[in-house]
Amino acid sequence: MTTEQASLRTGRPRARTRGAQLRATAFGLLGIISVAVLWEVYKAVAPENGVVIAGTRVLPRTTDLAMPHTWEMVARLLEPTTSQAGAAPLWLTVAEAALLSLGIAAVGWLVGTVVGVGLGLLMQFFQVVERGLLPWIVLSQTVPLIAFAPVVRSWGSRIEILGWQWPQWLSVAVIASYLAFFPVAIGMLKGLQSPQRTHLELMHTYAASRWATLRTVRLPAAVPYLLPALRLGAASAVVGTVVAEVSTGYLDGIGRQLISFAGQASGDPAKAWAPIFGAIALGLVAAGLVGLIGLALRTYRRGEAA
Amino acid sequence: MSTTTEETSSEAAVVATGIGKTFDTRDGEVQALTGVDLEITAGEFVSLIGPSGCGKSTLMRLIADLDSPTEGTLEVFGKSPAQARRDQDYGIAFQQAGLLPWRTVGANIGVPLELHGVARPDREKRVAELAELVGLTDFIDRYPDQLSGGMQQRVAIARSLAEQPRLLLMDEPFGALDEMTRERMQAELARIVGESGAAVVFVTHSIPEAVFLSDRVVVLSARPGRITGVVDIGIGRDVHRDEALRETAGFFEKVTEVREALHGTPVTAAAREAR
Ligand SMILES: Nc1ncnc2c1ncn2[C@@H]1O[C@H](COP(=O)(O)OP(=O)(O)OP(=O)(O)O)[C@@H](O)[C@H]1O
Ligand SMILES: [Mg+2]
Repeated sequence: MTTEQASLRTGRPRARTRGAQLRATAFGLLGIISVAVLWEVYKAVAPENGVVIAGTRVLPRTTDLAMPHTWEMVARLLEPTTSQAGAAPLWLTVAEAALLSLGIAAVGWLVGTVVGVGLGLLMQFFQVVERGLLPWIVLSQTVPLIAFAPVVRSWGSRIEILGWQWPQWLSVAVIASYLAFFPVAIGMLKGLQSPQRTHLELMHTYAASRWATLRTVRLPAAVPYLLPALRLGAASAVVGTVVAEVSTGYLDGIGRQLISFAGQASGDPAKAWAPIFGAIALGLVAAGLVGLIGLALRTYRRGEAA
Repeated sequence: MSTTTEETSSEAAVVATGIGKTFDTRDGEVQALTGVDLEITAGEFVSLIGPSGCGKSTLMRLIADLDSPTEGTLEVFGKSPAQARRDQDYGIAFQQAGLLPWRTVGANIGVPLELHGVARPDREKRVAELAELVGLTDFIDRYPDQLSGGMQQRVAIARSLAEQPRLLLMDEPFGALDEMTRERMQAELARIVGESGAAVVFVTHSIPEAVFLSDRVVVLSARPGRITGVVDIGIGRDVHRDEALRETAGFFEKVTEVREALHGTPVTAAAREAR
């Protein structure tokens, strides 16, 4: 019995059975293992200097410096971060930085989502706004992050309200939200415009106000469009946070850690990989959290099947 | 139609005078309706029948104020269609059930009540009544994707009845159903309408269906849609519409009469024999 058939039987779309869940977990593990195996096999068989064609290296070097053994990377995670006495284990240092970045990304995502949903609503409600605003929203994403990150930072550092100083992490969150709002705004607009004509005409026959139509038909119909947009927004917020940390010089997050540990790679090659794992875990956790929202709103995804 | 006197027009559910509708499309104008005069009295069941594309849905949409006529005047309970819509004088069921997939059967039936501010306890009571009426009490917490096409259609009918409208507009509501379900639904609709006393404008492609349900069958010609005939069925409202009715000689006679009106020429006895 396929998942499809199972969900038809229970009448719950996309509800995973226990078997399907196990299978998904197994596939996930298999994926990780095969990447590790590929890594080790390549390291064992490829030439020391990588593959160079016409002066360009198309495959990387396989030295321990460039490609440490997978087990060394894992073992390094358990060792202390620095040689100083009492230093925390590397995984903890990375996890702390990743968690901090996750918090910043979450704030950025939240702000981006609120702004995106708001813009989507505004554009749906007023066609003039859609025509005037949409090109600018698209254009906004072509501005390179590196270009305006320092500007945001320097503006932020000048903001002081009643003794409250704009913290630097907030600049990072603002930049993350700048990336996150885009898919949400587009997805929301598309979703709000997605209801079937019959549903809208039905609302018209009920003499429903625009607000009532929004609540009863448009918002629920927008959910299947909004969920993937939120997931995209979360991914953008994480990438935005990491890049913004680097370009604003914010020291405590995973972004800065990526740079500083990479700088120590000549002496400690396995250490440089730890924050990369941290960043991956960060992305997975963010995607998982957004997945929970999808679970909570699954009733509204019934329209997808119909 | 125009034979009715002035004083009865206060009792009219729908009065159409010289209705015409022309659509502006990219490849020129499409004349869907022309010179339609029709009066439907309160409590009357009128079927519209005619070839595909003759403007039946269009006429219904005009009455429902989903579109406006390009010629003539239309009154619904003595008001403009827009006003009648705002006053919620009619309930409508489209060819597709048009249920909201994220709402349960009960919540779908309750949509108009919810929109018009009926308090929750009253709403639940009314929804239960309606579900009972269409035989879906056991399915009230199911979602539309868990229902058959016929059940979905019944939900849509229950929804159109929710506010006890004086006028029901139904556009081929049984179009997607198999013959057996269809005949059962016809009997159910006859009973429901009999109980509610609402006027009905019913679009169908099925002659027996039109004869079975209606007081009057209005026949439209191919595009541009014009009324070419009106057949009085003459089965009283108080007659119990059941399977036995379909077997009576009077029923067959009316079916033939509507068919003749539809074809524009009398169906000869020979042709009738051959059939
Ligand atoms: N929005 C529209 N724009 C342009 N032409 C339209 C529009 N709606 C209907 N028409 C045209 O008007 C004519 C009548 O359409 P209508 O849907 O009323 O036919 P109908 O009698 O309901 O047909 P059917 O029995 O197939 O449902 C058709 O020729 C159709 O192409
Ligand atoms: Mg039609």
